[in-house]
Amino acid sequence: MKPFRIIYLAIVFLYLYIPLAVMVANSFNVNKYGMRWDGFTLQWFSAMLQNHSLMEATRNSLLVAISSATVATVLGGLGATCIYLYRFRGRKVMQVTLLTIMMIPDIILAIGLLVLFVITGVSLGFWSLLLAHVTFCLPFVTVTVLARLQGFDPNLIDAAKDLGASESQTTRHIVIPLLKPALLASWLLSFTLSLDDVIVSSFVTGPSFDVLPLKLFSMVKVGVKPEVNALSTLFVGISVVLILICHYLTKENKR
Amino acid sequence: MKKGVLTITDLSKSFDGLSVVKNFNLVISQGEFVTLLGPSGCGKTTLLRLIAGFDKPDSGTIMLDDKDIGCTPPEKRQVNTVFQSYALFPHMTVFDNIAFGLKITKTKKSELLSRVQNVLKQTQLESLAHRFPSQLSGGQQQRVAMARAVVNRPRVLLLDEPLSALDARLRQEMQIELKKLQRNLNITTILVTHEQDEALSLSDRIVVMNQGAIAQIGTPREIYEEPKNLYVARFIGEINQLPARVEEVNNSGNLTINVLGKNITIAKEIDCAKGDRVHLLLRPEDLRISGDIDEAMPRFSGSIIDRRYRGATLDTTIRLDTHDITLQACEFFDEDDPDFDYSIGEKVEVSWVPGWEVLLKDET
Repeated sequence: MKPFRIIYLAIVFLYLYIPLAVMVANSFNVNKYGMRWDGFTLQWFSAMLQNHSLMEATRNSLLVAISSATVATVLGGLGATCIYLYRFRGRKVMQVTLLTIMMIPDIILAIGLLVLFVITGVSLGFWSLLLAHVTFCLPFVTVTVLARLQGFDPNLIDAAKDLGASESQTTRHIVIPLLKPALLASWLLSFTLSLDDVIVSSFVTGPSFDVLPLKLFSMVKVGVKPEVNALSTLFVGISVVLILICHYLTKENKR
Repeated sequence: MKKGVLTITDLSKSFDGLSVVKNFNLVISQGEFVTLLGPSGCGKTTLLRLIAGFDKPDSGTIMLDDKDIGCTPPEKRQVNTVFQSYALFPHMTVFDNIAFGLKITKTKKSELLSRVQNVLKQTQLESLAHRFPSQLSGGQQQRVAMARAVVNRPRVLLLDEPLSALDARLRQEMQIELKKLQRNLNITTILVTHEQDEALSLSDRIVVMNQGAIAQIGTPREIYEEPKNLYVARFIGEINQLPARVEEVNNSGNLTINVLGKNITIAKEIDCAKGDRVHLLLRPEDLRISGDIDEAMPRFSGSIIDRRYRGATLDTTIRLDTHDITLQACEFFDEDDPDFDYSIGEKVEVSWVPGWEVLLKDET
């Protein structure tokens, strides 16, 4: 049985990671077109660093992703806590509309947002991107945090108050520590959603503010440039590090 | 007379127009162990939540040491609760869970340490202080929940069905531990439960509740032996209920009643007149079968339809020959006849120990 298991596992991993592996390999490949291995080089990485428009798009993208993930996590976390703790008029409507945003196709959301921004006179650039990205990240955060909250013993908050903790002490010592894994997961999810969004971004950004996915999209129209591979490899590396940090933090929490 | 620690006056609470607690009055004195007993939905948990401060009363007052706490938020009341689900903080160790209340009130570090250590010792949790709640058994979690509440030295300790999540054997053990801890610390305690044996064995006083109102307040013995109404009689323990009619009210306070066609004169002070319908209530252990019957007592003939050997007792079900009534009897084995037994279908005569009966007026 054992060799079969190893082969099976190998097939699964190959299927999942061959595309990434090809790209990573090509980012170190002397051959510009990546059709065969001509030797190891780091020249594409320096080419990438010297490509100013690519670097600017990367900076813009990271800025939008970090800000929108942070804003969405804070708002979504508060929203979920609100839905969980209080019974108010419109609570059900709020829950359902959040799910609707999650379900509708990006293109429709994008058109809607563009029309809204044009009507209200929001200039297309960083702020319009931020608002748009927060909008589509918000439901994911709310759902994640709400699921975590609903997994708790509902008496935990009463217990903290019973032991003398005020509302803010309860939030600081009980609610936030318990929500930490969910908040972290939500932030990373939002960060990723924002970073690789093409459709909404292509509608709501202006010519002066280029973001990475759109930049790459336009660059690869004339063939995959090796510096794109280099940049992608860098992102794969960052992802791996983030996942490791995330894993470490949540493990610490569970123990 | 001891002064009341907790005085509840005319307390009422309703949810969505449904009255859950109705004009409730109760005074609890220092060190007393009071149990609120009733079936689910009788308002006992709501009453506890009102005392803890999680719900606000519609009307009436809750006084804690001469201070009205009816509208004080829970964090400002010197009252601590042990929840049915324990509600231990999953991200804190046993030590941190117990120290939480003291940390919040900014107790001095040295005092905090000694108080937590002390409680850990009393609840035998010392070796588990650095574990997380998920690494503890049910009984251990229960102890942590107790420790977390009592370490704050509350004026009143509230227990919301604290043993219901444990299995029967562990529950017995924890009952003994709970009572010991309560007695050692002399904490005024209110227990909410629907388990009558828990109420009987732990309490100084029991409040039997029925639909938000008090059905009876009394010591466990009073509740069991002298129920004031049919509700209490039926809720606590097993009981046999025989219909009877008052034949004569004597001047000396004696009554002659007719039970299933037989007259008997008993000394009972209930307010009734000739011809009133009454209920004669008998606990299974009040009944006597065949040879044991007192000469002055009426005898009813019947047959054994079931027998159950229970170790210390022999329980029997007897169907009377007339009136289609079945009785539950419970006899202890004694030194005179350690091997007595009945066969199913055996003809017997039944009566009861004179004076042990309870007479209640028909309420319908």
